[in-house]
Amino acid sequence: MIAGAVIAIEVKNLLSAVIAVGVVGLALSIIFLLLKAPDVALTQIVVEIAAVILLIRATLHRDLASRSCGGRPFGAVMGIMFIGIGAVAALVTFSGGLNPFGHPLMTVSAFYPINAIAGTGAVNVVSSIILDYRAYDTLGEATVLFTAVIGVLAVMRATGKRDEEMKDDNE
Amino acid sequence: MDAHMPYLLCTILFCIGIYGILAKRNIIKIILGIVIAEYAVNLFLILVAYKAGGRAPIFDTLENGQLIQPSAMVDPLPHALVLTSIVIGLATTAFMIALAIRLYGKYGTFDITRMRELRG
Amino acid sequence: MSKEHGDGMSVIVKTVTRLTVGLIFLYGIYIVLHGHLTPGGGFAGGVIIALSFINLELAFGKRTSGKIFSKSATSLVESFGAVMFLAIALLGLQWGGFFTNFLHPDGDPGMLVSAGTIPLSNIAISLKVGAGIFGIFLTLIVLQKFESEKK
Repeated sequence: MIAGAVIAIEVKNLLSAVIAVGVVGLALSIIFLLLKAPDVALTQIVVEIAAVILLIRATLHRDLASRSCGGRPFGAVMGIMFIGIGAVAALVTFSGGLNPFGHPLMTVSAFYPINAIAGTGAVNVVSSIILDYRAYDTLGEATVLFTAVIGVLAVMRATGKRDEEMKDDNE
Repeated sequence: MDAHMPYLLCTILFCIGIYGILAKRNIIKIILGIVIAEYAVNLFLILVAYKAGGRAPIFDTLENGQLIQPSAMVDPLPHALVLTSIVIGLATTAFMIALAIRLYGKYGTFDITRMRELRG
Repeated sequence: MSKEHGDGMSVIVKTVTRLTVGLIFLYGIYIVLHGHLTPGGGFAGGVIIALSFINLELAFGKRTSGKIFSKSATSLVESFGAVMFLAIALLGLQWGGFFTNFLHPDGDPGMLVSAGTIPLSNIAISLKVGAGIFGIFLTLIVLQKFESEKK
C-alpha cells in the first residue's frame, strides 16, 4: 500500500499515477475489513471506484498527460521539513496520550452499542448512529455534498459563458 | 512502542501525501497527494476504533445462538464519522477535478508554476 | 477512447454492460433497503446506484443515458432527497425534537420493517448521494465533449 502511494506520487505518467491511487484505496478497503469495519470498507471500495473513474476522465484526453513536470525544489525542502515535524509529533503522541492499539478509549461511545437496539430498533449500530444519534452530522454532510454539486455546476457552466462574453467584448 | 506499530502505517502514508502536495508542480499530482493524506486520516480514525478481539458493530446471533455482547464490539462512533468523511472526500475531489479542468482549459497546462507566469 | 467511438465502446463492452447493469442497480437498492440490518446504508448504496448509471453512460455514450436520466432530472431527484431528509427531521419536532425517531415502536429489531425513521432516511440519503454523484459525472463529461468539439 505504501509502495502504491510512493508510485502514485513519483511516477511520470499521470494515468499510471491515478491507477496507483486506486491500488492504495483498494488496499485501504481490505484493511478496513480486517479492522472489523464492514460499513466503512464497503463505502470506501465504492467511492474509490467512482473517484478513479472521475480522475481518469480528467486526465485521459489531455495531450500532455504523459509529459513530465519536475518538482519544486523549495517545496521539496518544505516537504521534508514537514515530514520531520510530523515524525516528531508522531513520537510525542505515541509516547504520550494515545491508547495502545487494540484498546480504544470508549468513554462516550460505550453508550451506543448498549442502547442502540432499545433506543432505535436498528441492528446495525453504525447506521443507528449516523441516522439517529448523530443525524446532525449527516445533515451537514448532505449540505457539503449539495454545495460541491452546485460548485461543480457553477465552475463548469458559468465560466464558459463568461469566456464567450469576454470574447464578444474584445471583438 | 510496539503497541503503536500499526499507527506508523498511517503516519507514513500521511507524510507521503504531504510531500506530494508540497513538492510537485503538476496539479493532478497535488490532487492525488490530498487524496492520499485524506486516506491516511480515515485509516487513523479506524485504527483508533479497533478493539483487540472485537466484532463488527452489528447485532447478530453467534454459533451458540445468543446475541453478541455490546462490550465485545469495536467502537462504532469513528466508523460513523469516517463513513460521512469518505463521501465528503469524493465530493471535494470532484470539485478539485472540475477546477483543474477549468485551469487546463484556460492556461493549457497542468503546471502551476507556468500558470503563474502566464497570468499577466 | 470516446473520440473514435462517439456512441460508446465496442460490442463486447455493450453486451456485458447490458447483462450486468441491472444486477448492479438491484444490488444498490438491496444495500439501501437493508442499511439498518447489514453493512452498507444510504451512502454506499447511493454511490452504487450512481455507478450503475455511470456504467451505462460509459458503455453506451451520452445519448442513451440521457434518455433515461437527464441532467435536470438528476438535480430534481437530488433536491427531492434533500427535502425528504429535512422533512423527516422536521417531522420529528412534533414528537419532541429535531431528528426524533418518531416511528420507533413499529416492528421488531432485525426485521426489514423496523427501526423507525432510519430506513426512510437511508432512502433519502441514497437518492441524494446517487443523484449528486451522477450529476457531477454528467457535468464533467458534457464539458469534455464540448471542449473536444470546439477543438
